[in-house]
Amino acid sequence: MTAPLLEVRDLHVDIPLSHGRLHAVRGVSLSVGVAESVGLVGESGSGKSLTLRALLGLLPRPARIVSGTVLIDGEDVTGLPAKQLHRRLTDTMGMVFQDALTALNPVMRVGDQIAEAPLRKLGKSRSEAKAIAIDLMTEVGIPDPERRYRLYPHELSGGMRQRICIAIALSTKPRLILADEPTTALDVTIQAQVLGVLRRLKQEENVGLLLVSHDLAVVSQTCSRLYVMYAGKVVESGTLLDLVTAPKHPYTFSLLRSVPDPDHRVARLLTIHGQPPDLSEAIGGCSFAPRCPFAEEACHQREPVLAPVGSAAGAVIRESACLRVDTAERWTEMVSEETVSQQ
Amino acid sequence: MSAATSVGPVLPAVSGTRGRRRGRWNAPLVAGLVLFALIVLCALCAPLLTSYDPIQQSLKDAFLPPGSPHHLLGTDALGRDVLSRLLYGARVDLRVGVLAVISPFVIGSLIGLISGWFGGWVDAVIGRIVDMVIAFPFLVLVIALVFAMGPGTTSIYTAITLVGWVAYCRIVRGQVLVAKEQEYAMAARASGLPTWRILLRHLLPNVILQAFVFSMSDIVLTLLAIVTLGFLGLGVPPPTPDWGTMIQEGQQFILTKWYMSTIPGLAVVLTGLALALIADGIVEKANK
Repeated sequence: MTAPLLEVRDLHVDIPLSHGRLHAVRGVSLSVGVAESVGLVGESGSGKSLTLRALLGLLPRPARIVSGTVLIDGEDVTGLPAKQLHRRLTDTMGMVFQDALTALNPVMRVGDQIAEAPLRKLGKSRSEAKAIAIDLMTEVGIPDPERRYRLYPHELSGGMRQRICIAIALSTKPRLILADEPTTALDVTIQAQVLGVLRRLKQEENVGLLLVSHDLAVVSQTCSRLYVMYAGKVVESGTLLDLVTAPKHPYTFSLLRSVPDPDHRVARLLTIHGQPPDLSEAIGGCSFAPRCPFAEEACHQREPVLAPVGSAAGAVIRESACLRVDTAERWTEMVSEETVSQQ
Repeated sequence: MSAATSVGPVLPAVSGTRGRRRGRWNAPLVAGLVLFALIVLCALCAPLLTSYDPIQQSLKDAFLPPGSPHHLLGTDALGRDVLSRLLYGARVDLRVGVLAVISPFVIGSLIGLISGWFGGWVDAVIGRIVDMVIAFPFLVLVIALVFAMGPGTTSIYTAITLVGWVAYCRIVRGQVLVAKEQEYAMAARASGLPTWRILLRHLLPNVILQAFVFSMSDIVLTLLAIVTLGFLGLGVPPPTPDWGTMIQEGQQFILTKWYMSTIPGLAVVLTGLALALIADGIVEKANK
């Protein structure tokens, strides 16, 4: 088996507080293969964005990486001197941000922003860099790129701006795009177009994608494999199909159950009761146990670890961090019984 | 690069959306620019506007009041034509005022940029130096420095630069602290661009406006400082005409000949007004 393009092992990110610290990312491990599109889902505050930003050293102050290992093509780059590490990471990965307006320099023409990296980093000439920029603009579906090259960010629509951001991320010729909720600020139609651009990049240019989103619909349209995060940890991973059809962690299960089904009328939308845990305190036992419909005594005592589930058929390993994973098949009946008994 | 190679749905080409421009001319800006242009024009065309040499003394014509037949604004205690001293004085004061703002503007902005971006001990050291300079009143420090270096334009430039950069440093540093957390700064870092490039191309244009607006009012303050230095005898050495020296010379006769100090004083006020209007106009234009 060839080494994955990017592998992260046991990443911990802390945010120091005036008293104590917020342990926001608690030992996340994930990998993305060459030209693979992987989704990282979870609710707000689950640490998914921090994980992504930590990969490029772009953590907002005062968050910091406590420990963790990053491997590119199977090679551990964590030990490299800071400058080389930054270079290695930015050569491999490009980043697309959530809000395309703030991610663009307001006083610079969009074309120049795309041409900048080829010009300054890849050492192209001015005219070559411009040609590259116009090619990239065409590639991300911007009509009439020659004219739009000279526009400023505020003169473009939201969808166009996000396309420009994708073009900028592509301008360094990365093999992997990190996208942090790239479509959250866009309406559904434009969202579909932008996702289309990302999908096609993968197919036609072999650019991998690591997409962070809280939106299961977005992820299911784009990614083939998912990591589900809860309270700073990966609680389940597997292929999109496996996760959606047979979730092996109660959080994924509850999350999927909360997506309304247009064919079934329900009196009220299903939610997950309670609040995510306070990450500034130590959590004994499973972090989801207080909200979990299947939690037992043991779940509050013992912390489950991410472990392979079922028969590891195929290359993709299915993992779940749940003590009661063996009962997963009966979860649907268990909750319906509960609802019945409540009525 | 035909449309066929593009991925993603191709949208119809939109034409003529370039119309939306940021801000337009506004009244304060126009008024300020016109007034300032007039003042500069007067200074440049001084030899055409007056036939008198500003340092030519004529003791028999001393103390003529404004409106005298051959001296529109009268003459001073040594019989020198006030109008020509005023016009030639504008040359000196405007040049010194503008030049004395450029170097603190450039130096202070760069130091502020570095201080805000790198943070940590760099910021701490620069911050303490800034605090030390700010602890002294501006004029007191400038006067002390000019006194130590001896009067003259070079001393004025040096002293004002040494004291004035701190204001720009503080303004730019504060703006950089905000701007560097913006996603475009992160995006530039994510592209792996060199640090100097991110600082000069991405941050500087976005943070410099406030400093530039301040520099407009700073020219006024600097002008006043120069005038004050002249008044104290530390300014431009005589007989070179300059507004501060003129005010000081008129001061001894203030009870009987009030106009001797008032006329150059008005010139200072008008210049200050013009620059303040320009600053207001720029802010309004940028906020549109």
